[in-house]
Amino acid sequence: MITSPNPLRVLILGAGSGIAQATARLYAAEGATVGLAGRNVERLAVIAADLKARGAAATESFDVDFTATDAAATLAGMVAKLGGLDHVILAYGVLGDQALADRDEAAAMAIIDVNFRSAAAWTLAVANLLERQGKGSLVVLGSVAGDRGRRSNYVYGAAKAGLAVLVQGISHRFRGVGPRAVIVKPGPTDTAMTAGMAKGGPMWVTPEAVAAVVRKAADSGGPVVYAPGRWWLIMAIIRNIPASIFNKMNF
Amino acid sequence: MNGFAPRDDIMPWSRTPRTRMEVARPAFPDELAPLAMQGADLPRGLLAGGLQRSYGDSCINDGGALIEMTGLDRFICFDRTSGLLEAEAGVSLAAILKLVIPAGFFLPVTPGTKFVTLGGAIANDVHGKNHHRAGTFGRWIRSLSLLRSDGREHTVSDDDASGLFAATIGGLGLTGIITRATLQLMPIASSNMAVETIPFGNLAEFFALSAVSDASHDYTVAWIDCLAKGDLLGRGIFTRARHASDGVLRVKPPGGPSIPIDAPGFLLNRFSIAAFNEVYFRLAGRARQSTMSYDPFFYPLDAIGNWNRMYGPRGFYQYQSVVPPEVAAEVTAEMLRAISDARQGSFLAVLKTFGDMTSPGLLSFPRRGTTLALDFANRGGPTLWLLDRLDAIVREAGGRLYPAKDGRLPPAMFRAGHPALDQFTTHLDPGMSSTFWRRMTP
Repeated sequence: MITSPNPLRVLILGAGSGIAQATARLYAAEGATVGLAGRNVERLAVIAADLKARGAAATESFDVDFTATDAAATLAGMVAKLGGLDHVILAYGVLGDQALADRDEAAAMAIIDVNFRSAAAWTLAVANLLERQGKGSLVVLGSVAGDRGRRSNYVYGAAKAGLAVLVQGISHRFRGVGPRAVIVKPGPTDTAMTAGMAKGGPMWVTPEAVAAVVRKAADSGGPVVYAPGRWWLIMAIIRNIPASIFNKMNF
Repeated sequence: MNGFAPRDDIMPWSRTPRTRMEVARPAFPDELAPLAMQGADLPRGLLAGGLQRSYGDSCINDGGALIEMTGLDRFICFDRTSGLLEAEAGVSLAAILKLVIPAGFFLPVTPGTKFVTLGGAIANDVHGKNHHRAGTFGRWIRSLSLLRSDGREHTVSDDDASGLFAATIGGLGLTGIITRATLQLMPIASSNMAVETIPFGNLAEFFALSAVSDASHDYTVAWIDCLAKGDLLGRGIFTRARHASDGVLRVKPPGGPSIPIDAPGFLLNRFSIAAFNEVYFRLAGRARQSTMSYDPFFYPLDAIGNWNRMYGPRGFYQYQSVVPPEVAAEVTAEMLRAISDARQGSFLAVLKTFGDMTSPGLLSFPRRGTTLALDFANRGGPTLWLLDRLDAIVREAGGRLYPAKDGRLPPAMFRAGHPALDQFTTHLDPGMSSTFWRRMTP
């Protein structure tokens, strides 16, 4: 356990996700103060106990429905409780049911609502806060699904694509100002979000592997980071496959 | 939300048999009770599973339900003064070591792999090279919580009068789902081990070395060349060790080579095993002392991911017995002669003396005496014939076999070796089952 006199203060939005928990454990082992925001306070308490045992200086749990809360005001309250803020990880999202979204406008809009509208509101609120304080890091979880639309998850992918452009823009806006903003795009990850999918293939990675990329992205690296890094090459190829061929492919 | 889904890729560590089960992997403790009730309603009931390091069929529930516990891997409380650690059952011993070594603690008892869960270590009441000093893993469990398939959770401590604690330690997951446990850790001054290796020429020398070393050292174990015959029968290399006092508390970084595919069967024949044994024995040469990290000392095979694939697609059999001390010398010699006669060598022939620290568990494997652990590539008939012969020797001696290591342990042998079986059965959770249990109780 490393406990520095001024432990890092990190806020995790959507702390119950598999990648969020694995990331929080890395911060806890560094002796950070960790803020956990999510909708299930009992589960946040279970996560908080784990992080304390692993060496977190302190934890704070925040009961938040991200889609139904005024981001800026709620964020200000959290920062006050944490005594300041160094890193923010935005990790919440829903995969949704694409087949349902194809025929049901409400289902499609619900996916966009969580993954883009709400996430964008929180991202912008964090960006404004970091800009005011002139330092700090914002890491937003995107997805390789946002790099090219395909029939099995394009509504989710579209929302993540929008979020990626937003974060890229914030990174541009931060140039010369002090804070940093990064979009991390994981490939398929073995978490509760993907429960029920067959995970035999070599493309699947653990939440711990993605967490290591997220933690590093908060300290260094470009505004767009793939997790693991090989997805940069894979997606560069996939983006450049002509539609005449791509649309015949079955994946 | 996490529900059950059919899967056929989960198998025991020996890679045989292949299975099909309804599998769920909960991420939070509140998901467990509904899943347990749902799974217990299936015709073949429910089993909780961990990292599937049991060799035989005690960790699978073919045609039934399995709850994968590895998503429930959180620490609940770690007291860095007293060394008491409370954690969810799905946490691995590797994760525990990573947390507790820098704080100056170690597992009080550890098996030969760190890739087992806390729940699995309890359900199999695992033992280590320090059995003569520390007994089994279960002796260090102060309390545990057990979710029964009726949805109710019981927390029982080591002074539990109901008998549920004793039934659950070594209870092969059949008394309910172990959800969390409190473990008493052991203080250490260093993550290094002071290790001594001493070659010995025959079984008599082993027993003499063992008696002396068990009195002086925390950890003792011997590797045996089980193809040696005649005067050399039972020759091997004795290892004894203590935790060092040099003050370094360092966790080994993860990673290492992995065996990605099944090795072709011809790589493992009696010639290659004989050559391996000869080279290994000669390399040890003379007695030597060294200091090494805890990791290669306790977990040499963990460095090779999927080492079980070395045995090829037909898999292999592990065989571990314990026989009473009064007859240990002659019975061990008889077993080694049987193996040597059958010309079926084993890479991993391990001999160790268990001490008189009684296991709390009703079905626990370790008892006072001498334990021999072997693995044999699966060559079908001849291999099974040899194992039957070893069974007869062990049974005649009043010994028993280790269910966690054995996928073909005959029901009569299991009953003969575990006199507390009837007492155990009264604590069985009616919703829980396993392929092993159905085989034992047809």
